[in-house]
Amino acid sequence: MEKKENGQKPKLKLAVYWGAACGGCCVSVLDVHESLFAVTEKADFVFWPIALDIKYNDIKAMPDGYIDVTLFNGAVRNSENEYMAKLLRDKTKILVAYGSCAHMGGIPGLANFFNKDEIFNRVYLTSETTFNPEQTMPQTEYEVTEGKLHIPVFFDDVKPLNHVVCVDYYLPGCPPKTERLVEVFMAIATGAQLPSKNSVIGARDKAQCDECDRKKTENKKINKILRPFEIVDDGETCFLEQGIICMGPATRSGCGNRCIKGNAPCRGCYGPPPDITDPGAKMMSALGTMIDSNDPIAIKEIVEDIADPAGTFYRFSLPGSILRRKIL
Amino acid sequence: MQFQPVIVSFLCNWCSYTGADLAGTSRMKYASNIRIIRVMCSGRIEPTFVLTAFKEGADGVLICGCHPGDCHYHEGNYKCLRRFHLLQKYIQQMGIHPDRLRLEWISASEGKQFVELADEITETISKLGPARINKYMEVAKY
Repeated sequence: MEKKENGQKPKLKLAVYWGAACGGCCVSVLDVHESLFAVTEKADFVFWPIALDIKYNDIKAMPDGYIDVTLFNGAVRNSENEYMAKLLRDKTKILVAYGSCAHMGGIPGLANFFNKDEIFNRVYLTSETTFNPEQTMPQTEYEVTEGKLHIPVFFDDVKPLNHVVCVDYYLPGCPPKTERLVEVFMAIATGAQLPSKNSVIGARDKAQCDECDRKKTENKKINKILRPFEIVDDGETCFLEQGIICMGPATRSGCGNRCIKGNAPCRGCYGPPPDITDPGAKMMSALGTMIDSNDPIAIKEIVEDIADPAGTFYRFSLPGSILRRKIL
Repeated sequence: MQFQPVIVSFLCNWCSYTGADLAGTSRMKYASNIRIIRVMCSGRIEPTFVLTAFKEGADGVLICGCHPGDCHYHEGNYKCLRRFHLLQKYIQQMGIHPDRLRLEWISASEGKQFVELADEITETISKLGPARINKYMEVAKY
């Protein structure tokens, strides 16, 4: 792998790993389509569970800093995720938190409204489709004739990658837009100047609204907050002005308004714009200026229409936000 | 020792801070648990401020602004009111008692009312006990 062909630079070593993820991020890497040839021209994949059969021990055997770039997608949910995050950190020069889950916790992060016991109770005992008369619960250790079996320990909290290891860059999105990934990869491969460590790459610095093509008025006013099924979207007016919560004001652009162009409001997967730590708080701040009432009772009524503020404003960012979990 | 809550209070410059100042210059006594932060307008108080206060160890947060219609910037206090209602709903979902976050209107002449409010909110939060949100939110830094 180290040999130089015709005096060329050695190829980059690339790893992709998933923690608590749906697999969509790994697929988004495959979505580079023909550009994959451009990528493999410059890089070798040394680890990529969705596509290659390489064992954890092979990674362990690599010297520290052997891998050039690791795209870690998925949140840290159990001890296996944490172990691999730490292992890959040691073996990697540039560790990228790839996708919303690794960036701020993502959809799995919504489990922070519960703890391990509540989740296990629901999943293994009380859910309508569960049949578990012996009340069997997962054990992390199990004795069999061949020896002891171990499975990873399930944590109480879902953590974004930067709660476990030091992260070099964040590439947000659910999944990240593939074009952005190719841009970032090419920048690394060609040795272009990279932004300072700990910053978000592969996204722009402005809010979604800045790139949105829908018709907007200067001072938005909302009299009633509606859920998307309660209204027929006219296809051209700002979602917020129609009364539908759109996370655009508190979300970084870079995805090309994917959801909005598909006539769905922005859900906030790209995380907050630069210098903002908490997208949900910013969204509350923005909504505060839009609600069209000065009367405490009327305001309360309008706010009551938001069915699940925490889940709506922090859909992709709960573990990475200021209040990272529910207090139980 | 009896539990002494820390109540982070955001007071607007034009009414509430002046009201608290009046209480001070009039030599009225009130609970020292109130830690006052002066802001130019209650409309400047971002939800981020409130959540950060909780995360950093506040047992309660008090927001004071001008009475409705009296805002120095016309409608800053209304914006604050709307954010307050959003925040109330959010913190309850996050398991924080709604009484830990309060919004009250205090005018520049209401020194006495400020004193009563400070004592009353201190008592309420003392009864609720320590919030311990900071302990709960601790994460390793990398």
